[in-house]
Amino acid sequence: MLIRKPADIPSSEITPKADYLNRRTFMTGMAAAGVAVFGAERIARLVSPGAARADQKLQTVTSPFSVKGETPTPYQDITHYNNFYEFGTDKDDPARNAGAMHTRPWTVQVTGMVKQKKTVDIDTLLKLRPMEERVYRFRCVEAWSMVIPWAGYSLSEFIKQCDPQPGAKYVQFLSLADHKQMPELYQSGIAFPYSEGLRMDEAMHPLTLLTFGLYGGTLPNQDGAPVRVIVPWKYGFKSAKSIVRVHFTNKEPPTTWNMMASNEYGFYSNVNPNVDHPRWSQKTERRIGASLFHQRQPTLMFNGYGDQVASLYKGMDLKKYF
Amino acid sequence: MPNRAIVLLKVLVHVACLAPFLILAWHTWHDLTHPDAVALLGPDPTATLSHGTGFAALRILIISLAITPVRRLSRHLGWLVRFRRMLGLYAFFYACVHLLIYLKLYANFDWATLVDDLSKRRYIIVGFSAWLLLLSLALTSTKWSIRKLGGKRWQALHRLVYVAAVLGIIHYWWIVKTGVLDPLKITIVLAIVLLARPVWSLIDAKRRQRRMAEV
Repeated sequence: MLIRKPADIPSSEITPKADYLNRRTFMTGMAAAGVAVFGAERIARLVSPGAARADQKLQTVTSPFSVKGETPTPYQDITHYNNFYEFGTDKDDPARNAGAMHTRPWTVQVTGMVKQKKTVDIDTLLKLRPMEERVYRFRCVEAWSMVIPWAGYSLSEFIKQCDPQPGAKYVQFLSLADHKQMPELYQSGIAFPYSEGLRMDEAMHPLTLLTFGLYGGTLPNQDGAPVRVIVPWKYGFKSAKSIVRVHFTNKEPPTTWNMMASNEYGFYSNVNPNVDHPRWSQKTERRIGASLFHQRQPTLMFNGYGDQVASLYKGMDLKKYF
Repeated sequence: MPNRAIVLLKVLVHVACLAPFLILAWHTWHDLTHPDAVALLGPDPTATLSHGTGFAALRILIISLAITPVRRLSRHLGWLVRFRRMLGLYAFFYACVHLLIYLKLYANFDWATLVDDLSKRRYIIVGFSAWLLLLSLALTSTKWSIRKLGGKRWQALHRLVYVAAVLGIIHYWWIVKTGVLDPLKITIVLAIVLLARPVWSLIDAKRRQRRMAEV
């Protein structure tokens, strides 16, 4: 895949990062005034805890895969509205609790149907390919959405290095599950480690991003540091965070939410406004960070990536394989 | 409890019951008039408003249900009953705001969406049923209604408040994901409030029996 000559300035360098830093300064000032009104604890939750800081800058080039004409969601919202149940089930829990996770040293095991099993260090992974900034739409199965400038390179580049056997038809991703670093691990009724998976052709699709950063910096812990995948045409839970193992297999791997409620979360889970979640409609979504009366907007088939990915599912009944 | 103290306490209860509404209203006003400031309603204002009002309705409804069992702890707590109607009406008020938020921010007053939700989504069906029950209780909450219906019939009708509370809790469990245990705490509180009644009755019956035996 040829990367075209960077035509635009990466969105991370226009304003948003300065913007969120301003917001932070503003909020610190507000905090002092607000303690009396709200109590110290609520303020501590409002202003960004240390976990949200991603100070290490990443060198990125722009990518033709970035969406055009969408405003990226503010950094503050991307880092304080997370589903990362290993750190608690409320949206603001991960920002508060994920600071305890150690992202160095970090290794990713490559197992299953590969020529040679191996363990890859995170710093090797970071240098494997030039980092691209890709502004993607992100659609959660819970009917909310964001626009996020991720940093990473196509997962296919890494998979080629893993040298999978011809019989490997699926890739499974396993996330960190360490009670010592994740005190909330047993607070929900979910069996960890978190497991997700893709069909090999989905994993090899150039849109599927092995992701190391956002807004030009390394990933904050609550967003899946130090390495995660992003599959922009699928509901967010398909995009596993804080990956410690990549497993190649010839069978559809068991995936966490599918095991919890198979009638609600299919293995494919492609964004599809025509297939309702059993408990709510998927026709529309709430844009995070938008103002109250402008949140609701229509959901696009394959989250707007139909031109690139619809062919992967040719002939498949997407109501059956939801 | 002297009347003046009751009046003072009523003012405090009004303030406490209105606080969640006033805070949400202030945050909403602030966010709409200051689009560039940090949103006080958070990243997902629609969810903040609908969850906030839903919680308030459930919490106040359960507090109103706790009045009778708490009253039976002591002969001196009889005055508590004078707060029950106003708590019930506040619970109904929050249920109405909760419903309006759904109608505008989720369904956007779209008839097809409403019909779809009301026919397919069980958490919406139980939630709406709970609201209908609270509506019927709110409409018959006046002294005039008690007189018109007669004490016994009125009481029988108002026992539906237990059904409304249970439906409210089911509504909550059905909207969270499998494995998410957020509704557990409030469910335990409601269970204690509901179980307190038969337990009290049992203790009373035992006491009466003992007294009979002594005679």
